[in-house]
Amino acid sequence: MRLAPPMFVLLAATLAMAISPAAVALDETALGKLASGGAAEKADAIRQAVESADVAALPVLRALLDGRLLTGNAKTVIEQDGALVDALGGKAVQADASGLEKVSINNRLRRSLERAIAALRLLSADPRERLQAARALQEGADEEMLPVIERVVAQEKNGEVRETLRSIQGALLLGSPDAAKRLAAVDALRHAPSTRSKRLLLERLGRGQADAGAEQDPRVRDAIQRAVSDIDGSLRFAEVVGWIFGGFSLGSVLLLAALGLAITFGLMGVINMAHGELLMIGAYATYVVQTVFRAHFPGAFGWYLTAAAPAAFLAAGLVGLLLEVTVVRALYGRPLETLLATWGASLLLIQAVRTIFGAQNVEVANPSWMSGGVTVMSGLVLPYNRIAIIVFALVVLCVVWLLIGRTRLGLLVRAVMQNRGMAAGLGVATPWVDMLTFALGAGIAGLGGCALSQIGNVGPELGQGFIVDSFMVVVLGGVGQLAGTVLAAAGLGQVNKLLEPFAGAVLAKIAVLAFIILFIQRRPQGLFAPRGRAAEEA
Amino acid sequence: MTGVLAMARPLESRRVLAAVAASYAALVILVPLFNLAVPAQSAFHLSDYTVALLGKILCYAIVALAMDLIWGYTGILSLGHGLFFALGGYAMGMYLMRSIGTEGVYGSTLPDFMVFLDWKELPWYWLGSQRFLQACLYVVLAPGLLALVFGFFAFRSRIRGVYFSIITQALTFAFMLLFFRNQTGFGGNNGFTDFKRILGFPIASPRTKVALFVLSATALLGALLLCRSLVLSKFGRVLTAIRDEESRLRFCGYDPVGYKLFVWTASAVICGIAGALYVPQVGIINPSEMSPANSIEIAIWVAVGGRASLIGPVLGAALVNGAKSVLTVTFPELWLYVLGLMFIVVTRYMPRGIFGLLQRGRRP
Repeated sequence: MRLAPPMFVLLAATLAMAISPAAVALDETALGKLASGGAAEKADAIRQAVESADVAALPVLRALLDGRLLTGNAKTVIEQDGALVDALGGKAVQADASGLEKVSINNRLRRSLERAIAALRLLSADPRERLQAARALQEGADEEMLPVIERVVAQEKNGEVRETLRSIQGALLLGSPDAAKRLAAVDALRHAPSTRSKRLLLERLGRGQADAGAEQDPRVRDAIQRAVSDIDGSLRFAEVVGWIFGGFSLGSVLLLAALGLAITFGLMGVINMAHGELLMIGAYATYVVQTVFRAHFPGAFGWYLTAAAPAAFLAAGLVGLLLEVTVVRALYGRPLETLLATWGASLLLIQAVRTIFGAQNVEVANPSWMSGGVTVMSGLVLPYNRIAIIVFALVVLCVVWLLIGRTRLGLLVRAVMQNRGMAAGLGVATPWVDMLTFALGAGIAGLGGCALSQIGNVGPELGQGFIVDSFMVVVLGGVGQLAGTVLAAAGLGQVNKLLEPFAGAVLAKIAVLAFIILFIQRRPQGLFAPRGRAAEEA
Repeated sequence: MTGVLAMARPLESRRVLAAVAASYAALVILVPLFNLAVPAQSAFHLSDYTVALLGKILCYAIVALAMDLIWGYTGILSLGHGLFFALGGYAMGMYLMRSIGTEGVYGSTLPDFMVFLDWKELPWYWLGSQRFLQACLYVVLAPGLLALVFGFFAFRSRIRGVYFSIITQALTFAFMLLFFRNQTGFGGNNGFTDFKRILGFPIASPRTKVALFVLSATALLGALLLCRSLVLSKFGRVLTAIRDEESRLRFCGYDPVGYKLFVWTASAVICGIAGALYVPQVGIINPSEMSPANSIEIAIWVAVGGRASLIGPVLGAALVNGAKSVLTVTFPELWLYVLGLMFIVVTRYMPRGIFGLLQRGRRP
């Protein structure tokens, strides 16, 4: 998973650019008001802390909310993990706990504290915390927060946080009596396109000008209408981009599932019905490596995939090797028998995995850098694990392509597959080449399984779901054609995802299968049919 | 392939025919006798469960025959025969669902699953499904037409060998997905079950079960004789020629498409009839019957018994399914190992199956 470094760079850059908050320390008087003042004074102090964007007040406010702020003997301290620390300096203090009393708050203060804390957390250096804070504010922000929000929006670099805040800003200002402010609010919402913004705008528009609660000013109404159609446009755009991304994601999964098959079936002509089970073995190898890392190297857990991918390759390759030696070798030239025998092997593998790991699905966790996603725009989050798999599929594809096209092993493989007798006559040990080629195809299936473990369930039946799909990809692409396989995988992924919104997932799948069945009728040799004499032999 | 299956013609021997007739007579006389006439506490009593199991195996044997016709004789390995079987079953199931009448859980004239989906009336393709004769027509037409259309396109574009196998697998997979949908109108996941009666007879009564069993045995005998006359005719010789050397046959002036299409459709229809007999005996039909795994299993019945022998597949279906019913009850974890090994061992070491071994033993 080579994606890690760029993503870390991205993260570091965001951190570096994060706003540095104006650090006005909470002073004695404000603390005094918070600790021993009445409810009104406390509310005032809280408001002041928010208005002055005083991040240093955050621990005190939190302590107050949690009932950990203690006061007495003209001293105010915070109870933290059993110890007492000074509310202003944060240094540990020795104090007699008996003289201290918990600062009490009422429900109203509790609510305004929650909001104040969220507002102040917006100034945090961690974009994830800012996002959380922004989301918390979405539920119940009030106008007191506006100055802070405005300030953060002006400086915010993280698109998702900015959009969330803009929509809060817009929501708050939309009810303002000042038409200019309302226009600004409409503008803010227009720049934060989401179904939520759209709903707010439509609510403001009401059922028409006659509606009492609706917007009266024709200029604002006009702006709202334009904003709504803008939002609609960008939502639709996000949706379409999402489909296309989904198509590529599905395509990359199909490609990973089918690449190994493109070698064993496409090049060697061996129908390996146990191919799906090789994927499954790759996924289980990943699971084993993950478990080992969790138990013995928890510190390096984020990197376990770098060990899991070779392990998956080796495990599946080894099983493939065994399969070739014991079953496939005896049946070269008898494809239908190979089909049945490898199906038998697949049943054995499924049951063996059930015996070893149990019939239940096992849990394979994503490394932390794979969770979450890139927010490209509102309503469009591209998950990191999907992106990683697309990149991984491309990397594997390049490796396979280089291996087949540019190495000595690849040369031997192609020679044997094109003309076995001639290759043998020139001194190529064809049984060895067969064995290695099959093991290679199996190993690549293992890599596919490693990738699949990151996005789906890992269970003994994992492979069964892929066998039809991967054969379809190879058959559609044309046997023995790597480029065809790639195109078929990407194309099937796209078609499937584009049909889904109209027909639903199941019907889309059925339509694709029907399409392939019809397609093969027209071009039995696949998309990239070999021409001339080679076509006759295929 | 050539040579592996060229063998003596056991079907022409009188002894084999006599054995078939004797087995049939034994089944239709002894099974009802031991089930109905022998009292339940006697050691010789055949339980209702066993009768249903035997009936089920007979239906599977019919499917194996159909498979042998298309794979053993014509060399076309179908991985979609489970679909034709299930279609026949669904056609019969529709009738059985309708004959539940208002005795369902919701007391409606509509089948329960339609009430559950809040449908107000029957979809058009359910019209007339309460008539038994129409159901019988559907049992033949549904698999037959599908096979005819699919086969026409596939054979016309000369899709052969594993390609054909793979697209038949895709076909049954697609249908399985389709039937899993609730909106398709065939009960979704759960399929059809809770049948009450067939032609007015209570479906759970021992007498009905025995009648269905005898019917299945007769259907098997009929299918066997039909297949025998097919493969022994000149038509059958063309089929074998298609299996062994299709290009040469074409150069001799034959067009294989018509032959293939006929035998393919006939095979599908036989499967459909087997499915229609199967459903009332097991009392349930659901989309998992269409899963690709089920269809491949049919091939192993034929391979175990011995391809291109007609008798072999019948024995194979009985043996494999008998072993399955015993093992899945006693050692459930073991069954997949046995089945998997069966696939490997039979294809590697016993290309002519058990029947081939028997034959070799016979010959001096």
